[in-house]
Amino acid sequence: MNDPLSDLISRRAFLGHAGYGVGAASLGSLLSRETDTAAPLVTRKPRIRRVIHLCMAGGPSHLEGFDWKPELRRRHGEDMPESITRGQPIAQLQGQKLRCLGPQFDFSRHGQSGQIISDVFPHMSRLADDICIIRSLFTEQINHDPAHTFMNTGTAISGRPSMGSWVLYGLGAETENLPGFVVLSSVGRGGQAQPISARQWHSGFLPGRFQGVRFHASGDPVHYVGSPPGVDEAAQREVLETVRRLDTLRRQETRNPEIDTRIAQYEMAYRMHTSVPELTDLSSEPEDVFELYGTRGGDGSYASNCLLARRLAERGVRFIQLYHRAWDHHGNIKGGYQISAKEVDQATYALVTDLKRRGMLDDTLVIYGGEFGRTPMGQGTGRDHHIKGFSAWLAGGGIKAGSSYGATDEFGYHAVEDRVEVHDLHATMLHLLGIDHERLLYRYRGRDFRLTDVAGRVIHGVLA
Amino acid sequence: MRLLLLCLTACGGLAPGQDGSPPLSFNRSVRPILAETCFPCHGPDGGTRQADLRLDRREDAFSRLPSGNRAVVPGDPDASTLMARLRHHDVAERMPPASSHRTISPEDIDTLERWIREGANWEPHWAFIPPQRPAVPAVADRAQLRSPIDAFVTARLERMGIRPSPQADRHTLARRLAVDLTGLPPAPEDVATLTDDAAYTAYVDRLLASPHFGERLAVFWLDLVRYADTSGYHGDQPISFWPYRDWVIKAFNEGLPFDQFTEAQLAGDLLPEPTRDQLVASGYNHLNQKTSEGGAQDKEYLAIYRADRVRTAASVWMGVTLGCAQCHDHKFDPFTAEDFYSFAAIFEDINEKGYYAGSNWSPTMPVPSADQSARIAALDAQVKETEGTLNRDTEELRAARASWAAEQRSLILARSTPVLGPWSSSGPYFAKNFNEAYATPFDPEKGADVPWTPRPAWKDGVVHNTLKGDNAATYLRRTITVDADQTTTLSLGSDDAIKVWIDGREVFKRKVTRGAQPDQDKVQVELLRGEHELLMKIANGAGGYGFYFRLVRDGPPNAVVEALRAEPSRRTPAQRDTIAAHYRTVAPALAAVRAELKALRDRLTKTRAAIPTTLISRAMTPRPVKVLHRGDWQDESGPVVQPRGPSILADITANGDRTTRLDLARWLTSGRHPLTARVFVNRLWRLFFGTGLSRTVENLGTQGEWPVDQDLLDWLAVEFVDSGWDVKHMIRLMVNSTTYRRSSQPRPDLAVTDPENRSHARQSTWRLDAEFVRDQALVAAALLNRDIGGPSSKPYQPAGYWRELNFPKRVYKHDTTLGKQHRRGLYTWWQRSFLHPSLKAFDAPPREECTAARPRSNTPLQALVLLNDPSYVEAARALADRVLGQAASSDAERLALLYRYTLARTPKPAEEAALLTLLATQRQRFEQHPDAARSLTDVGLSPRETGHSITDHAAWTQVARAILNLHEVITRS
Repeated sequence: MNDPLSDLISRRAFLGHAGYGVGAASLGSLLSRETDTAAPLVTRKPRIRRVIHLCMAGGPSHLEGFDWKPELRRRHGEDMPESITRGQPIAQLQGQKLRCLGPQFDFSRHGQSGQIISDVFPHMSRLADDICIIRSLFTEQINHDPAHTFMNTGTAISGRPSMGSWVLYGLGAETENLPGFVVLSSVGRGGQAQPISARQWHSGFLPGRFQGVRFHASGDPVHYVGSPPGVDEAAQREVLETVRRLDTLRRQETRNPEIDTRIAQYEMAYRMHTSVPELTDLSSEPEDVFELYGTRGGDGSYASNCLLARRLAERGVRFIQLYHRAWDHHGNIKGGYQISAKEVDQATYALVTDLKRRGMLDDTLVIYGGEFGRTPMGQGTGRDHHIKGFSAWLAGGGIKAGSSYGATDEFGYHAVEDRVEVHDLHATMLHLLGIDHERLLYRYRGRDFRLTDVAGRVIHGVLA
Repeated sequence: MRLLLLCLTACGGLAPGQDGSPPLSFNRSVRPILAETCFPCHGPDGGTRQADLRLDRREDAFSRLPSGNRAVVPGDPDASTLMARLRHHDVAERMPPASSHRTISPEDIDTLERWIREGANWEPHWAFIPPQRPAVPAVADRAQLRSPIDAFVTARLERMGIRPSPQADRHTLARRLAVDLTGLPPAPEDVATLTDDAAYTAYVDRLLASPHFGERLAVFWLDLVRYADTSGYHGDQPISFWPYRDWVIKAFNEGLPFDQFTEAQLAGDLLPEPTRDQLVASGYNHLNQKTSEGGAQDKEYLAIYRADRVRTAASVWMGVTLGCAQCHDHKFDPFTAEDFYSFAAIFEDINEKGYYAGSNWSPTMPVPSADQSARIAALDAQVKETEGTLNRDTEELRAARASWAAEQRSLILARSTPVLGPWSSSGPYFAKNFNEAYATPFDPEKGADVPWTPRPAWKDGVVHNTLKGDNAATYLRRTITVDADQTTTLSLGSDDAIKVWIDGREVFKRKVTRGAQPDQDKVQVELLRGEHELLMKIANGAGGYGFYFRLVRDGPPNAVVEALRAEPSRRTPAQRDTIAAHYRTVAPALAAVRAELKALRDRLTKTRAAIPTTLISRAMTPRPVKVLHRGDWQDESGPVVQPRGPSILADITANGDRTTRLDLARWLTSGRHPLTARVFVNRLWRLFFGTGLSRTVENLGTQGEWPVDQDLLDWLAVEFVDSGWDVKHMIRLMVNSTTYRRSSQPRPDLAVTDPENRSHARQSTWRLDAEFVRDQALVAAALLNRDIGGPSSKPYQPAGYWRELNFPKRVYKHDTTLGKQHRRGLYTWWQRSFLHPSLKAFDAPPREECTAARPRSNTPLQALVLLNDPSYVEAARALADRVLGQAASSDAERLALLYRYTLARTPKPAEEAALLTLLATQRQRFEQHPDAARSLTDVGLSPRETGHSITDHAAWTQVARAILNLHEVITRS
């Protein structure tokens, strides 16, 4: 019997050239010349295959998390030395008295490595020997929206591709059933939930198929992935099959190769229609996994998203980005940070641990951090935005586990030792993926653009 | 003058090639190699220039270097260091260096050698020289000629030995014209009329006269100027801007010449006695993204907006990337960072803020509709008339007033008026926190002797917000004197908490955190005859603070009381008027008139509040602009610059002592500007032929593509200027041409030699823009609301899509009236940070930045939209309704109608067979599942026709869905 569906699916070979699973190397035939330039992409042996970016949105304080500053605690309530703050950009503390606010939590040493981590993260502390803490990050942008844009695209100017899009453009995905760049987000209760623009996962001037696809916790996980009311699986398939037949007729008549791509994209859409529900159906997960993550999933929480992230990673998604909108602690940082930390602590630990026990951490890069840090100066009982020094951590393939890199001054204000700028982080990520960041180019408006703009260097100090 | 000099250097003598072939064209063959390979380190940017060598200017490239060598010695490749370095045997010496990641092919090196041998002729970049009208070429095949465009294209085809494709069939032509000129499919009856040339051009004229023409071109223009309904940054709050969008539509529809179109947008407010339209158009200058994020610094964001404005204006009108010179001199084009800031300075008279607290976008202008203006005029007239009635003095009124006045007078004379002394204040007195500031009895309330500052300027009845000190209290005191015992009411306001004493006795306290407003608290006090001391304490938490105070008295206001106090015969005319005016507000006989007047005024206020507003430009004293080192807004060390155009181009003529936006607009459209007309016609060409004559419609600078036919581009540019910047004329020239009418069928014989159809031997085919994809479905379904303009509409959208928005949180509510729900795609609410997912899937840009050419991608998300977005399911369901409602004798006939409505053609037998098979299976399916049929035919707001069976309707809906998903439906061919 000639089953149209199996016919449809058996044509996968063709899809290898048209789904998400294509990188720059094989793009040429698919894209109109208008948007395509063959990127001179040089690949060295990659250390990792995928990236999971855990974005703590809102600007988590480094001083309560991963950067222990006893001197700041000693000087609690004293004026901040003007020599440190003079001429520095400032957000909401403009025109106000600048006084030291000591760290709100105690810190302890953990693991064989003896890494110093805040007691507010009892679970993450157990990752001390798996992670590399960077304590010398700095950024250019002091307000949330442009700072996220800078973190994601390497510039604060809108319209440039996000890092996930760059990676997908460079390498393609390893799945033909799911988008290669997936974005999940959750809202916390412990701080202001800053808005996050879709610009953060937009493909900018890269072709639209490299944009991040937002997965939602309620309704269709992916927009429009569900069939219309009253149309069941078979009825939907019959419509699709008719579309394919008619498009094929048109193709024969007009000899327009673009129709081949159209047909292939409909097939991809059909596979998403089945693979997305399968992805989000957690019923096959064993009990101990739910215990590990501290969630049964399906509630749109950060923990639930961490579990989904692992499932996405297993299925070949190249770039997975989780936003937890919780970290803007302008007031009551002690109480608020405690809540936000509790929301992410166990699940972050669980994700890294789960990847590790499945042997997947070796070819994954996990990035944990926000768009900036927070001021050593108090803003009442909270802290203001701070861009001159903050922390992030990395874990996974090629990363020097159980180490730390760089340092801020004794106030936690300026990154002073082994300073790391955002472009360096990007360069290092691409390096691990086997890509020379200076060669991942896209010509637009007559200029070769890069994720790292005109900067960026691989931070060898964080590499194993 | 500068342009003239450029021309002189351009006209070097040309030696023929050695093999007799014409010498290489510098711009066509040589400049692209130098630009790509050498300019990054030996180009315009002084900051990164290596070895003091500059190859983008003739005089530098030919001159003697510090080493004594010359990079280029015309006629002598062997003496030219350029050649030696390109072919150096030592890799370390060879150019370009490995570290640049740039390479040069042996063919390109040969080209450079040949160019030097031929005398190294040099031309300035073609696009920076004003176009001259070239002669229309002679061609052999004169049958092809309908427009001079055809002569250029045919001449090229004949040179290349390519045979052009035949004319497309009339179904294809009708659809092509309709979607190209209006974004809508053709009316089926229009297809039949396209029988000959005259009918074709008549159809073009009809389409150009259609109000939908302006909508179609607006989609193109709104991308360039980045029009949207929201602010973009951070909270991405709404900005009322749609009157600007409607103006663009109207301008294209009315054929506003492009020079005036340009003037109105860049400088409408600077025109003498600007019209309302010109002011609305001047909103262009405010279309940039804006922020209202707390903590954003004015200065930083002004710098961001400035750069955005330069990027956009340079892209829109000049097609150059001047914005790249924000942090350094341009890498490829001869633009310096100083050029960037000087150009920015032209716009520095625009009244704007960097940080818009509370999303209070300004300056705005009310834009009433004709109907609103009429209603306001009518209400105004009614108010005036009713006021006349109220003010008319009659005998009865006079008599009643006299007796009322006499009565009041005796009451007033019997009563005394408190006399208030001037304020003085003491404080602030600080505490550890707000609680203590409120609770602590500081010296003044203990009666201690403290210094008091007189405050004679503090008036009663207004909010004073001038007090200072966090966690502090300030004391205020004054005397109240009465000459008879009485009860008086104090009406108070405070920020934050307040305590009140009379003669040391506490009469009121309230612990509260609030801003000061009039009349927040009312305190009644008994005053005995004599002088009293009033003391108030205002306690504050954080920020500035203040208070409000007035005495409340029963009866008429002070001025009336004073007038009534006077002996009736001695009252001045002014006092008599005061009494008369007041009496009208209380006279029982006028109660009905007063009620009517109040109702009218309320309606007037309401009508006024409903008037839409739009942002406009308003000039102010220009801010000084400095060159920002590396674009850093905190670096104040750069020199101040004066407004001017890029120095590579001719000077802008200033009409006053400062170059204004109006000067800029007139310079751009003087007809002598090398870029404006070329950029615009090149983009028009893309709209009607798929690719620009220069592919890089966004950039005609040195990194842009050399046009495939510069003569044709220049001819069109000059024609555009000479036509009086007539956009419709240019479009008519293009779409009436034979070249436009050719079949778009790809040709195997050209697949290798001209895969991208740059020869225009045939037409091109491409997927429709996002908005038009939606429009096709709504037209086929006969759901489309064809009204032009108005507030943006909100089609169905997945729930929760705006979850990530905040400040404030928003819930998307789709429009629930049929008219609003089924509007054209271009009217969709343009939320920059979360553009409607259906538009986004089809590459509609978020309009954060200028977009000259949307990508045309082909993704699975597009398939999901067409299959499952309720807008498309509803369209399919309504389309099914539409064909079922027609008299038809068979399913095949109905199917023919479906094709007519969607594709303006009849189905082929194979298509018919496939769709009838689908129809049959779906009928079967829905007969077994009537509930499913009901669910499917219930999608969307539009009412369902009830004349036919639900099963049939559902089955036909499935057929309609299949058709609306066809590549052909969303494609222009």
